[in-house]
Formats: sequence, structure tokens, C-alpha cells
Amino acid sequence: MAKKIRIKERIIEGLIYISGTSTTIAVLLIVFFIFKEGSGLFFMPPLEEGYVIAIHPQNPVKELSEKEIKSIFNKDIVNWKDLNGKPEKILTFVPDDIELVFKPEDLGTDFVLLKDKMETYALSNPNIILAMPERYVGNALKRIPIDKIGLGSFLFDKDWFPTSIPLHSFGIWAIILGTLWVCVGALLFAIPAGIIAAIYMAEIANPRFRNIISPFIELLAGIPSVIYGFFGLVVIVPMIQRTFQLPAGETALAGSILLGIIALPTIITIAEDAIRATPRELKEASFALGATHWQTIYKVVVPYSISGIVSACILGVGRTVGETMAVLMVTGNAAQIPNSFLSSVRTITATVAAELGEAPQGGIHYKALFMLASILFIITFLLNLVADRIASRSARK
Amino acid sequence: MLDKKRTQTFIFGLFALVTILVSVISIAVVFYVLINGIGILSWQFLTDIPRDGMQAGGIFPAIVGTLILILGSGLVAFPVGILAGIFMNEYAQENAFKRFVRLMTNNLAGVPSIVFGLFGMAFFVNGLGFGVSILSGCLTLGILILPIVIRTTEESLKFIGQDYRLASYALGASKWQTIWKVILPAALPGIVTGLVLSIGRIAGETAAILFTVAAYFLPRNPSSVYDEVMALPYHLYVITTSGTDIAAARPYADGTALVLLLIVLILNISANIFKKRFSVTQK
Repeated sequence: MAKKIRIKERIIEGLIYISGTSTTIAVLLIVFFIFKEGSGLFFMPPLEEGYVIAIHPQNPVKELSEKEIKSIFNKDIVNWKDLNGKPEKILTFVPDDIELVFKPEDLGTDFVLLKDKMETYALSNPNIILAMPERYVGNALKRIPIDKIGLGSFLFDKDWFPTSIPLHSFGIWAIILGTLWVCVGALLFAIPAGIIAAIYMAEIANPRFRNIISPFIELLAGIPSVIYGFFGLVVIVPMIQRTFQLPAGETALAGSILLGIIALPTIITIAEDAIRATPRELKEASFALGATHWQTIYKVVVPYSISGIVSACILGVGRTVGETMAVLMVTGNAAQIPNSFLSSVRTITATVAAELGEAPQGGIHYKALFMLASILFIITFLLNLVADRIASRSARK
Repeated sequence: MLDKKRTQTFIFGLFALVTILVSVISIAVVFYVLINGIGILSWQFLTDIPRDGMQAGGIFPAIVGTLILILGSGLVAFPVGILAGIFMNEYAQENAFKRFVRLMTNNLAGVPSIVFGLFGMAFFVNGLGFGVSILSGCLTLGILILPIVIRTTEESLKFIGQDYRLASYALGASKWQTIWKVILPAALPGIVTGLVLSIGRIAGETAAILFTVAAYFLPRNPSSVYDEVMALPYHLYVITTSGTDIAAARPYADGTALVLLLIVLILNISANIFKKRFSVTQK
């Protein structure tokens, strides 16, 4: 009997130990899966899947940069002599041109004859450059090697055109700047307002007032972000549109206002706890020296609890960077470098949320979005680590 | 001296003003949704399926879906979370391992919900082959709320005085018997607070379910855990941003927002009541 109980307890305690590691396992799994999918991006050329770029075998051009290829197919470069080739006009050929050049009946069923016809056609046009699925490009044609995507160009290129053909553009610089604008705008008012409210609630307000206010702040924390997004969409966005006479009110400003509201309760509750932890003796010593309450607050209480306040602000930053639905709904999501708070911007989170549904699983676009999420994860992870460090330093003091 | 007093009065007045403004924001959001949505609320709205391209009818499938998600992710997260909370407070020694686990729990709490969504998609939907389904969604949401459950469980266990434990040990009870018969019942209200809060979080969560479970339009009840479901927050997002006629769907959206807000509010308020009662009994 006693032995049976002991065995049962051993099992339960085993479960307890396993559960204790659950969050660690979860974090590791998240890291593994997000980075595994995301890092695949850097092993692929930014080319539509299965495509090759090819030119006439006698064409003296050997290699083309990504930028040059894009310019060719955008018709910004129209002559081979600009690319150290012969002075000939460039003839581009993409799948859309098939119908213009060939008659459907010449290609047989399911385009079985296309490969041969293509080859003949390409060989008779020395100025041609093709961007076609590999299976339609004959071996006689010279293929242009395309470099894999580099981390540098991913981070710092300005263009995000994940589905453009034949070459995709995966530059997230505009998206990073968009995220930065929205978050900085939000924190510009959320941090001062949050700290002030925290000081007021912890130090100044009488208990009755505090008991009325604090449920509202907790309420603010509990409202789902999609409700904030809805509120922003039907109230804040039209308001901005009217005030600034804009064609559309979906702007960085709308996102900043919403994110500020969303970050407020995080900042207030954590900072308030830190401020309240100031030892009574310190404050009384200050009063005994003849300091006023306000002098005590900014000379004693705030310096004492500053690390807690800072860590509250950092967590507030993490909250704004990671917020998805509210910004997705109100910032307009134009992937361009913002030049004012009244321009439409797109954040990291909004890009992922808006585009993942349409990106084919395992494809290059899908991987690019996972890479974006990895970057988001790294940012919030670092912010959390820093906040944790700062907070634990104050705890040791 | 007078100057100092005057400065203080001025600054404190300013601080009070800012604090009141902050709380006015929350009241404004809540009241706006309440006032606009209250006219739409009806028995039919709650029990009918969406009609006319989601501009009329009701939101019954979305309500059912949200309830299923709450139930399912609770099943995933509550046992593990409570056990982990017990581990943190009753079993773990104050050492590097415990600090590491705590750090990981805090980090998990700080992971943006869209990252959870992607993780759920990569691991549950594609990796394990569960597809876009209730199973994938509940597992994802379960992990998402794990830190909340763990923290509140740990906090409420911390509240239980050492004398409880010693008294139980003195009667010859084992460690687990003490936890099961003495500590857990005493800490129950606090733990329940955490559970209710985490349910509130699930009810409003959107980004994590976008790619793991949420259906755009599915006017029937799910038949297995491999089915997709509609959910209130995703439904609200869809009808306010991508419907066929967004302006015409406005009243319907107002009603949906109200129902979602009411669910979350009721959960948060009852968590508050639990918390108050808990702190009273502990004094």
C-alpha cells in the first residue's frame, strides 16, 4: 500500500519536473522551426522557382548582376552595349511572350514542342535574353548564374517585391524603417505618459482614487489588439484623414497612436511595481531632511527604482515591436520608406501576417517571411534579456 | 518654501491629469464599442450563421469556434502550466537552472503572437501534418498562454505560508500529499485567476490563429479536431478589412466587436474578483 503510493508520487513528481522544462522546450522549438524555415532563404537565388536566365551562346556577356537583370526586364536597360556587350538592342523573352511569338498549334499538346522551338528561335536572335522555366530552355543557350540572396542585401535593400518576375526583391530596409517609425512614434508619448501615471499611482494618488483607476488600466491591458485595430480603423483613421486632409487616413501616425495605447498598461503596471518597492526608510529620511514630496519623488524614489522603470519601458518597446493586428489594420501597409508620420508604412509583423497566407509553402517568399519573423524574434528576445538583466540588477541591490 | 509647494501642486496636478487621460482612453474604447454594438445585439445575431457575404445574419459559428479554442488550449496549457508552477515554487532549488527556466518563461511570454502563429504553422500544421485545424490552433494557443498560467500559479503558491507546509509534514504527510491536500486548495483562487486571465487572452488572440486554425467562412460546426473553425477575433478582422462591401458590413462588425469585447471583459472582471477574494482570505 505505502509502496504503491510512493510509486504514484514518483510518477507525479516526474511529471512536475518535465512540466518545469516545458517553456524551455517551447522556446527551443520556436527557435528551431522559425530559423530552420527562415535560413533556407539564404540558400536560394532570388529567382522565380524553377526559372533560369539564359542568353545567346555567342553573346560576349558572361555575368549579370541582380540589379542589371532587373533593369533589363524593367526595360530600364535596352542595349547590350550598356552591359559590356555588342551594341545591339536587347530582346527580352518571358513566358507571356510565348503567345506573341509562337502559334499555339505549333507547340503541340502541353507545350511538348516548346523547348525545341524556343531553342531555334533563341539561336536565331543573338540579342535575346530569356527568363523561362528550366524545362523549356535548351542546353545550347548560355545560362547566367544568379547569386544566392545575401544577408546584407536582405537587410539593407530598399525594395520588397516578393512576387515580381523573373527576379524577386527581398529587401526589408523599408519594412525595418516602417517598424521603427511606428514604434518610435508610439513610445514618444507612451513612455512619458506611462512613467507619469506609474509615479502618480504608486506615490501620489490616494488609495480610493487608485482603486478606481487601476481596474481601468488593467482593462486596457486585457482588450484584444484586434479590437484596438477595429477602433483605430473606424475612429482614429477617419479622424486623421479629416484633420490632415489626406486621401487616406491609414498612416504611421494612426499606428503610433494605437501602439502607444497598447504599450501603456505594460509600462504602467511594471513601473508602478518597481516604484512601490522603494523602501519606506529612504523616503522618510528624505522627508526628515525637509524635502517636499515631489523632491523626494525625483531625488529619491525615481533614482532608486530607475532600473525597474527602464525595464518596464524596454518591455513596452517589445510590446510595440511585436504587435500585429492593430498595426496591420491601420497603417496602410505600403512597403515604402516612410518620409513622415502621415505616410503609409508597413511593419515587420504586418508584412508577415498579410503575406504568409498567399506564399506557397516552402517557397522562397515563404522562407523570406520566416526570416522576417526570425528577425522579429531576435529583436524581442534581446529586449527581454536586457529588461531581465536590468530588473535583476535592481533586485540584487 | 511657498515656491516649492506651488511647484509640487502644479506637478501633481499635471500627473493626475495624465493618469486620468490614460484611463479615459480605455473607457473611450470600451464605450465606443458598447454604444455602437448594443443595437445590433439580438438573439438572432448570437445564434444565426453569417449571411449575405458576412454583412448580415449572426456570428454563431465564430462564437462556437472561440469556445472550442478556449476549451482546447486550456486542456493543453492548464495541466502543464500548473505542474510547472508547482515545480518552480515547490521543487526547484534556487540555482542557475531555476533562473534559466524563469528566464525562458519570461522570454516565451515576450514572443510576439505572430511568431507563435508562424511556429504553429511550421511545426503543427506542416511539420506534424495536423493541417490547419483545431488541433494545431489549440496547441499553438496552449503554448502561448503557458507563461501566464505558470507565473500566476507560482505567485499564488508563494502566498501560502510555510506554516501550512510544516503543519502538514508534522502530521506525517508526504510532499505530494501536502501539495495536493493543503497547498493547492489554499492557492486555488489565485490559480483560477491566472486561468481566467489566460482564457481572456485566447479569446482575443488573432495573429497566432491566422495560419493555424482560423477559417474565413465556415457556417457549420466542426466534426473533428482536424477541422478548421471560425473565431471571433479573426472574424472581426476579416469583416473590417476584406469583406465584399466593408461599409455595408459595419453594423455587423460593430456587433461582432461588442460580443468579443464582452467575453473578454467578463473574463477579466471575474479574474479581478477572484484575485480580490484571494487576497482577502490570505490576510
